[in-house]
Amino acid sequence: MPVYRNVNANPCNMCMPLGGILPFKGIEDAMVIIHGSQGCSTYMRRHIAEHFNEPIDVGSSSLNEKGTIYGGAQNLFQALDNIRKVYQPRLIGILTSCLAETIGEDVEGIARDYMKQRKPEDISLVAVPTPGYGGTHSEGYWLAVKNIVSHLARPAKKHGGVNIIVPNLSPADIREIKRILGLMGLQYTLVPDISDTLDRPIARPYTKIPPGGTPVEAIRDMPGAVATIQFGLTVEEKLSPGYYLQSEFGVPLYNLPVPMGVEATDMFVNLLEKLSGCNVPQTLAMERGRLLDCMVDAHKYSAQGSAAVFGDPELVYAVARTCAENGLYPAVLATGSKSNGLEQLLSPIIAECPQKVRIIKETDFALIRTACRETGANIAIGHSDGKYLTEKEGLPLVRLGFPIHDRVGGQRLLSTGYAGTTMFLDRIVNTILENKHNNYRATMYRKFYRNTGEERYCAER
Amino acid sequence: MSTAAPNVIEERESSILVKGRQRKSHLKCDADSIAGCVSQRACVYCGARVVLNPVTDAIHLVHGPIGCASYTWDIRGSLSSGSELYRNSFSTDLKENDIIFGGEKKLARAIDELVEKYKAPVVFVYATCVVGVIGDDLEAVCKKAAQKHGIQVIPVQSSGFIGNKSAGYQAACDALLRLIEPRSAACPPGNKHEVKSINYLGDFNLAGEAWIITEYLRQIGVEVNTVFTGDSKCSNLQKAPEASLNIIQCAGSMFYLAQQLEELYGIPYMRVSFLGLEDTSASLRSIAAFFKDLQMKRLAEELIQRETAAVKSQMEGYREKLKHKKAAIYVGGGFKAISLIKQFRELGIDVVMVGTQTGREEDYQTLHDIADDGTVILDDANPSELERFMTEKGAHLLVGGVKERPLAYKLGVAFIDHNHDRKHPLSGYVGAVNFAREVHATVCSPVWKYARGTGGGNYAGLPQC
Repeated sequence: MPVYRNVNANPCNMCMPLGGILPFKGIEDAMVIIHGSQGCSTYMRRHIAEHFNEPIDVGSSSLNEKGTIYGGAQNLFQALDNIRKVYQPRLIGILTSCLAETIGEDVEGIARDYMKQRKPEDISLVAVPTPGYGGTHSEGYWLAVKNIVSHLARPAKKHGGVNIIVPNLSPADIREIKRILGLMGLQYTLVPDISDTLDRPIARPYTKIPPGGTPVEAIRDMPGAVATIQFGLTVEEKLSPGYYLQSEFGVPLYNLPVPMGVEATDMFVNLLEKLSGCNVPQTLAMERGRLLDCMVDAHKYSAQGSAAVFGDPELVYAVARTCAENGLYPAVLATGSKSNGLEQLLSPIIAECPQKVRIIKETDFALIRTACRETGANIAIGHSDGKYLTEKEGLPLVRLGFPIHDRVGGQRLLSTGYAGTTMFLDRIVNTILENKHNNYRATMYRKFYRNTGEERYCAER
Repeated sequence: MSTAAPNVIEERESSILVKGRQRKSHLKCDADSIAGCVSQRACVYCGARVVLNPVTDAIHLVHGPIGCASYTWDIRGSLSSGSELYRNSFSTDLKENDIIFGGEKKLARAIDELVEKYKAPVVFVYATCVVGVIGDDLEAVCKKAAQKHGIQVIPVQSSGFIGNKSAGYQAACDALLRLIEPRSAACPPGNKHEVKSINYLGDFNLAGEAWIITEYLRQIGVEVNTVFTGDSKCSNLQKAPEASLNIIQCAGSMFYLAQQLEELYGIPYMRVSFLGLEDTSASLRSIAAFFKDLQMKRLAEELIQRETAAVKSQMEGYREKLKHKKAAIYVGGGFKAISLIKQFRELGIDVVMVGTQTGREEDYQTLHDIADDGTVILDDANPSELERFMTEKGAHLLVGGVKERPLAYKLGVAFIDHNHDRKHPLSGYVGAVNFAREVHATVCSPVWKYARGTGGGNYAGLPQC
């Protein structure tokens, strides 16, 4: 459903540079600068800090009127100098804002000039053009990952490791994926790795750049890996780091769905089995069994749900699969992105759904709200802005994805792997149960005792 | 203490001083942020949106790419007694083609669509960075739309690169003046002191704060004519010229409007503060003094006595537990910082660091005058400086906004949220108690007992409560 609209009423997505910040936070000793006016970095820092409850330092070239008219190279030079002085990073990401792109700043050129003139040792500058009008935070995220990889990767000696490329998941999700990789006995390079940097333990001493993240050297060696596993089925080739490593360096790419749900986690674990030659350890097999047990225990409650899922396309796809395999069929699948291949990807899932599923791309919450009304969705799954659906339509919201700014613990939400899926399913099913308990007396009273026919569409089905 | 440290940026040194240790009392402020300093400041658009958003029955339309509308959707705790329209974030969501071919037509259609759907009396159209560059003629589009729909469509010149948050405050005040202007002929300035009616400037009705103050004023016989801007309806704001006095709480955002209202409509203004017991009582007294009304003065004294007595024992309890703790302040404007120093004194807490994003020279002069010797005073600080000075001065507590909170916690420093998102009032007598309770809850929390020894610089120094 491609729609050209004049107004976006209550956005479902954020802007491209915000998405671009996140991968740089998952690289060891990295900092990031937004080339643009001061406000951009502040808004994004605030938005990201609220989700992770972590300090989020992002530089700005603080473009003013003069820089806008005469070009901002001088500002960007100064920003790079100051960031290096205070943070001593080994890698600096330079993202552009709407403003910098509109005035035609050649950031890559400025970065090259900077390296030539300042000759800094042991530092990489990675430019990522991310104008706010060029796409959503999802595209910004993937482009940043791709540019980090393409900037650092160089022909490398073959090694036995695998590359793992992850979308915008929670630190807890990434830790779980790493645990599974460890259980399967694989050497790996996971990019970007925010599992420690954006979920940082209280520890002394405080360092300005949080410890952790993917080491720059490991990224350099990615072309030597035996394979790349990328959880990025919705990612276009031009934004795909895995595709880049395959076409430039011949590293075979396995593009998989995010390992949520039994099928998708099986796909991941089976591939690891094939790549490592190790059998699935008992621990994982037990976890799988427990997930199946959870699915069976919950299936009749799951069947009462009709879900509106929204957010990053990759997550929408993963959640849609997971819901469908539990008989909790999606009614509305919505993303703020253009996401060209999404319908095709979703078509086998939709074919199994008993009711018509609304897919809305480039959506806002006004469209999602209408679709929820029309389809009778009774549970919302997605980021915090879905609280609008709760307030306006009484839909309970199960928080998942980014941003979660009205609850604590967005960084700790675990939904991947067999164990994570079990927890995710518990959250969904318990929300359905709680909502039923809160509403069924009144609903039945209205429906059968008073027989007013005013059943709230979102309560009982 | 010298401000020179290995990773301190020289250009920043003129914006930092230590009271009593340096001869200078002037601080560089109100200037552009330095590139790469990780300033905590927001932008022009942010300033404008904060001030205008509490106009509850207005359509707030952001003309630009999506981000600006996304980061400002219903995140403020400003309450309404009527319309909820202001809690929507509308955007023209400009895409690549709009940037190339211009966004004027899309904007005109967006206004048509929204006015058709929501029947609002006014539309505020916010300019964002790109709009200022691609040259969309906002004035022309808005003028045409206003004629077409017979309502006010007011452009807000808030392109991010034209200045800092203060420029946004002024852009918002200009928009408010335009909103008032058509009505001004109907209410010429005159001898208004007969009507004891005031405009309350610079209270955004966070968690109902403007309601609290309005009630205090009603009790002493003053009617609040309109609030700029908190729970504000378009029609109320347009009656602003009828008031006989403007009182200003948040001076950073509203001083300009007060000056303009005096010039255009002859309304005198007075700075007040309803943060903390001392300031609240003093403000009520000065308002009563302005009206030269004995009855009002008596009622004010009665209210002050009654309300102070009601909170006295609670406040003393908190003071007992909190005295001699050390606080750091980093907030948006100078007004708030000044009030906070006084409020901490009421609780026996020493302020060891104070800074603001957009304070002006006179604010810093006042801060310098009232600060204790040794207090670090700084403008437009960044995380690195906040970390350094909180650690050096052994602060137990930081007051700030969302971005500063996780830094404080990681350093083992307690934290007070003093931002637009909060859901509890900090104004008036009830607010003073809330503030003390929050300070106590964070400084004396048992969690520090466990985190101590493993955390950042200040865990070791955290006192027993």
